[in-house]
Amino acid sequence: MRRTLRLLAATAALPFLAGPSLANMVYVSNEKDNTVTVVDSKSMEVVKTLEVGQRPRGITISQDGKFVYVCASDDDTVEIIDTASGEIVGSLPSGPDPELFVLSPDGKKLYIANEDDNLVTVIDIESKNVIAEIPVGVEPEGMGVSPDGKTIVNTSETTNMAHFINTDTHEITDNVLVDSRPRFAQFKPDGSEVWVSAEVGGTVSVIDNAKREVTHKITFEIQGLRSEQIQPVGIRITADGKKAYVALGPANRVAVVNAETYEVEKYILVGQRVWQLAFTPDGKNIISTNGLSNDITFIDTATDEPIKSVTVGQLPWGVVVAPN
Amino acid sequence: MIMKSTVPNTLVFLFGFFLLFVNVPSLNAQATQPDKSAKPALDVRIGYLRAYEPQLALSVLDIPPRDEGVAGANVAINDNNTTGKFLGQSFILDVTEAKPQADIVPVFKEMLARGDRFILADISAKQLLSIADLAKENGAILFNVGATDDSLREEECRSNVFHTAPTRSMLADGLAQYLVWKQWRKWVLLYGSHDGDKLYADAMRRAATRFGATIVEERLYEDKGTARRTDTGVIQVQKQMPVFTQNLPEHDVVIVADESEVFGSYVPYRTWTPRPVAGTAGLVASSWHPASEQWGGSQIQNRFAKATGRRMLSKDMQAWTAVRIVGEAVTRTKGNDPKQVEDYIKSDGFSIAAFKGQKLTFRNWNWQLRQPVLIGDGHGVVSTSPQEGFLHQFSELDTLGVDRPETKCKLN
Repeated sequence: MRRTLRLLAATAALPFLAGPSLANMVYVSNEKDNTVTVVDSKSMEVVKTLEVGQRPRGITISQDGKFVYVCASDDDTVEIIDTASGEIVGSLPSGPDPELFVLSPDGKKLYIANEDDNLVTVIDIESKNVIAEIPVGVEPEGMGVSPDGKTIVNTSETTNMAHFINTDTHEITDNVLVDSRPRFAQFKPDGSEVWVSAEVGGTVSVIDNAKREVTHKITFEIQGLRSEQIQPVGIRITADGKKAYVALGPANRVAVVNAETYEVEKYILVGQRVWQLAFTPDGKNIISTNGLSNDITFIDTATDEPIKSVTVGQLPWGVVVAPN
Repeated sequence: MIMKSTVPNTLVFLFGFFLLFVNVPSLNAQATQPDKSAKPALDVRIGYLRAYEPQLALSVLDIPPRDEGVAGANVAINDNNTTGKFLGQSFILDVTEAKPQADIVPVFKEMLARGDRFILADISAKQLLSIADLAKENGAILFNVGATDDSLREEECRSNVFHTAPTRSMLADGLAQYLVWKQWRKWVLLYGSHDGDKLYADAMRRAATRFGATIVEERLYEDKGTARRTDTGVIQVQKQMPVFTQNLPEHDVVIVADESEVFGSYVPYRTWTPRPVAGTAGLVASSWHPASEQWGGSQIQNRFAKATGRRMLSKDMQAWTAVRIVGEAVTRTKGNDPKQVEDYIKSDGFSIAAFKGQKLTFRNWNWQLRQPVLIGDGHGVVSTSPQEGFLHQFSELDTLGVDRPETKCKLN
């Protein structure tokens, strides 16, 4: 059972379905013009633009690919988009100002960070009910879920902690101090580590999930750039756990990190204010949202070279790729 | 808001404290969710020494709110406590007020006697100097959250005084960079007759020299003690300001240096020739703007508005930042020992996030907080300085204000 869950979780964390380079729909939330842009991952062209609620940021998709969930931050709701029709078919109670969320590996629960109220809200997707509200630190933002679904990690931006929450009891079990303004938490596919980016601190803390301690701190240096301009945000780790990609915000680059040695191996220049990342299901591409250039960049994960940038809406924030 | 009693070492009180301060919607959750990882309580007292008396302003909108600064400190105390509950640390604010001209040594001694060792000073430069050395003798750290006087960071600098308020020269340089970027290089300088006005005018003169602007003419507006904000006053002003700005040489912008609010706010829209106004009126440089939403700013703005019922002003941000600095240092050093906290703040690893798009650090030659300066008018943020292209070998933020090679500060 546990094995199955793990497998399922790995697919959720990084959908890795077989098949030669099928076209998948890429969904990009555009914070400033209240739209979601749909891009074909094979042709790398915009297919359509969907109108959504105000200030769309966090975005994710159900495992069957039927529904996209978008945090409409200024509407205090999570909208549900039917991927077949492109219509908004419902909403979930999110608590105030939802920014980022994560879907449980079984696809049944949504864990939402409510920035304004220092809470993590747990939603049962089927019944659309709030199951729990968990008080966390100031300005909760990043949300990560362990592959076994037993632990969620929330980062609070002013408190500068990663809060480990038991998903059975909905209680905080550990608080780990990280660097300034932690924005994103990402588990390794084997659940051994959680990587937490600190936007203002300029680092990624690697937290051992068993010890719940910071065991490594990854720093970034780019020639010609001041350290203040390097602001790590989104993180994605490959399914084999060997390589990580870190979006570096106003440094306009994605860092490629060896996830076994923690060495930065490469910086890929993409666009301005790189925010979030998503793999295509075959793992062959990773896509970055470039907020200030109003585009997304497809990167080839074999060569770690950018392939193409595609103009989307205004201030692209989050990105998710349909699993099918 | 004066709290003199010490806090009992119990979690019960900790939650009681939250009941007092935490916003209502999260109350139940806060109180009913015991945190397994909470440690035994560590109390951290933060003092707020304030010189206050009601101030006049030319526009009623510019009259400082009664709780200016203190409100920012309170919001930061809440933030520190939300963090502190995970570590068993609780923070309290001890506010003491005196008159701006008063001898504050006695009240300061009372704060020391109550155990305050981290003290926000929202007082005049003169008052601050009257307690700085006394603070040091007692192992107390001061955070200057109000005074913009460059002298406090230069010839009168102290090793135990940290400055979260920007200096006049930082503000003037930030404004000047924007004006020069706009190619508005010919300035007229209108300045008031009070000390602060003259110091602000000095800072603008220095900025003009540094960034390649020219002051084509200066005019002094003498304060003759006429009534502000009266009906007849407005009629007078409408005639007076054009005359005051008549026959000036060709200029791009009018710089007003009137911290005392005697005439400056009357200058915009009333100049003889139609020119933009900047300085202490019109386009103003400040450490914060009530409309700043960039870099996560809307989060602190929402939090502040919810807690206080008004928008956040510069002094609120300066006080918020100071209290957060103490909170950050206590969190990281896991203790409230003033020496350890001071050492941590002075260490190379220290930085603080304050919604300005980059980490803020202290200048280690005078303990002034490096910070971007917001350039805005009464309505919104127009720009943020340093402007692109103003380069520096160490930090672009050091293009604002007195830099290390020019400093007169000798820390002991």
